Amino acid sequence: MARNLSKTKVPMPAQDPHARNRNFSEVALGYTEEMAVEEARRCLGCKHRPCVKGCPVAIDIPGFVEEIAQGRFEEAFHILNEASALPAVCGRVCPQETQCEQLCVRGLKGEPVAIGRLERFAADWHRAHACKLPPAPKPNGHKVAVVGAGPGGLTAAGELARLGYAVTVFEALHLPGGVLSYGIPEFRLPKEIVMAEVDALINLGVEVMLNTVIGKTLTIDELLEYGFEAVFIASGAGLPRFMGIPGESLKGVYSANEYLTRINLMKAYEENSLTPILRGRHVAVVGGGNVAMDAARCAKRLGAGEVSIVYRRGFEELPARREEVHHAQEEGIAFHFQTNPVQILGDDRGWVRALECIRMALGEPDASGRRRPIEEPGSNYELLADVVIMALGTSSNPLIRLTTPGLETDKWGGIMVDGPDGLTSREKVYAGGDVVTGSATVILAMGAGKDAARAIDRMIREKGL
Amino acid sequence: MQQYTILEKTPLSGSACRMVISAPLVARKAQAGQFIILRAKEHSERIPLTIHDQDREKGTVSVVYQVVGAGTMELDSLKEGERLHDFVGPLGRETRTEGLKKVCVVGGGVGCAIAFPVARKLHEQGSVVHSIIGFRSRDLVFMEKDFQGVSDQLFVMTDDGSYGTPGLVTQALERLIKEGHQYDEVIAIGPLVMMKFVSQLTKKYGVKTTVSMNPIMVDGTGMCGGCRLTVGGQVKFACVDGPDFDGHQVDFDEVISRNLIYEEFEQREREESCYLLKQGEE
Repeated sequence: MARNLSKTKVPMPAQDPHARNRNFSEVALGYTEEMAVEEARRCLGCKHRPCVKGCPVAIDIPGFVEEIAQGRFEEAFHILNEASALPAVCGRVCPQETQCEQLCVRGLKGEPVAIGRLERFAADWHRAHACKLPPAPKPNGHKVAVVGAGPGGLTAAGELARLGYAVTVFEALHLPGGVLSYGIPEFRLPKEIVMAEVDALINLGVEVMLNTVIGKTLTIDELLEYGFEAVFIASGAGLPRFMGIPGESLKGVYSANEYLTRINLMKAYEENSLTPILRGRHVAVVGGGNVAMDAARCAKRLGAGEVSIVYRRGFEELPARREEVHHAQEEGIAFHFQTNPVQILGDDRGWVRALECIRMALGEPDASGRRRPIEEPGSNYELLADVVIMALGTSSNPLIRLTTPGLETDKWGGIMVDGPDGLTSREKVYAGGDVVTGSATVILAMGAGKDAARAIDRMIREKGL
Repeated sequence: MQQYTILEKTPLSGSACRMVISAPLVARKAQAGQFIILRAKEHSERIPLTIHDQDREKGTVSVVYQVVGAGTMELDSLKEGERLHDFVGPLGRETRTEGLKKVCVVGGGVGCAIAFPVARKLHEQGSVVHSIIGFRSRDLVFMEKDFQGVSDQLFVMTDDGSYGTPGLVTQALERLIKEGHQYDEVIAIGPLVMMKFVSQLTKKYGVKTTVSMNPIMVDGTGMCGGCRLTVGGQVKFACVDGPDFDGHQVDFDEVISRNLIYEEFEQREREESCYLLKQGEE
């Protein structure tokens, strides 16, 4: 079969930027079969498989890409699904440019193979065409509890269910998905896809108990008393961070978590939604990660005339996925780089009216390897804003920590684990994802879920001997 | 019996109503001062309500609500035997009562429904309980008998003097303090303005005061940060750090201002739905 020697990826069809910044439908439309085959033929099928080393869940990337190149799309999906419980999600939200695609040999001279787009294609093709449900696995008679139905919890549940475990996932909210439901917007990850992935797990026998807050409704120790032989805690990150600057309690200041939860989980963008949301005319979003991009792009779609991202470092340092930055720019989001808020200014009725910012110079690289921003005295200016959204990450949630004796946490309150298996200081209790690492990515949580599931399986089998 | 079934719905005075809901897991853990979050229907808002009572054996939790917005209106549209779509809890921390020997419990309006379990808990642990409950007028008075059963002294106040003693709860409280009653703590639960003035009064007399805050909330589990308030100059989250806080430390004016964020929005919703109802009648 002839290789495709094009130096660039087959372009991804997308909604026109000026149309899409007025709606919540998905931005990237996905490859057609022809496009997918053409792109898959760019893969050289390297023997040393560098891309696989960049994948936190070690998908057989050359394997599934080759199946697509051969037009065997269902086979491609099965290869993906062996390693990942949520391929349709990962294809859309993984930061491929710093993982698999960064290590792709084609990237040395030109663009790497569009691994993420191909992953999405195979998963979407399967959802649209496959009607045969996989046989439910044979029960092995063991019970495991998973705390949190986000990417980490769902991945662990899927892995364990496939091995025959009876898995119950406890979810605090009224819908499963965690950040996939409350955080990532519809236009980037349609909720229909999240629910289809959850349904696939339910079909494997996974039970999802909604409206159950572990640490409140039930404790970790009660789960163990009820006969769960292991518990995997993947409850996600916690309380949103604020800057500690004056004015953060003014009306019109949101944490990105609240803003996005109102929009995504509570559907505040729908015309008949009962959930209120402030539709600002001038919206300022503070932060440079994916969450900041999501919040800014939502604000634009809710009708804001001007949406600004305020980020203290430069373009190169933006932690967001490149595609999201690119999409945000296309949609008319203004970027204020090397700029930091000093205070939020309000009117006499307690509503936000502006964000006072200061310009930052970039100094020497800090511990994170990124150049450290330093304030330039006297460079203050006011940015007009009636809604300000703080997208600065989160600190730890205290509910499980406070109700689980003997569970060790670090000085930030994150649960401490012993190596990649995710075993905590408590026997039979594992943890992974943001609750351990602090705010990170979907795929890292999934990697942790997968590793913990395998460790739990080993532990239970060793006990059985 | 299905999860979240409404077993009883009892209209109280005014537009307040009590619902008894089947929720065994919540009932098992619920303590005075904690709250639940419910959604009436599939697309309803998440409404936080402080727990009024629970029956651990029957597996029921009761809440008292007043129709104030679109969310509570939807809740009120459900009848006995119907199911709430979602019901989660118990959330927040329980009201601390250990070591309190003499307490004045101050309830205002619908807040009396959640002040009652606190008064009862204190009574059951042998504390001396003085209760002051305040209402706008006679037709809004409720739970008087319940409070009588758990209080060593009970004072019913109405703003317009149509029942009990005319005046505000703060007047009754100040009189008791001046009479020489030494309270280990005052626990005030009611409208924000009432809790603010109770706290101002007790600060003057140096009496420790706990208030129960009910700010705007979405998830209620420490994820969204919508319920943040300033307590002693620090940002606290009512859902995980509260809902009880030291009344002398709470920045009430900020909470009062923030709680009005969506009033305009709700006003518009109400007008639209009234308009639709009217159209339906025609």
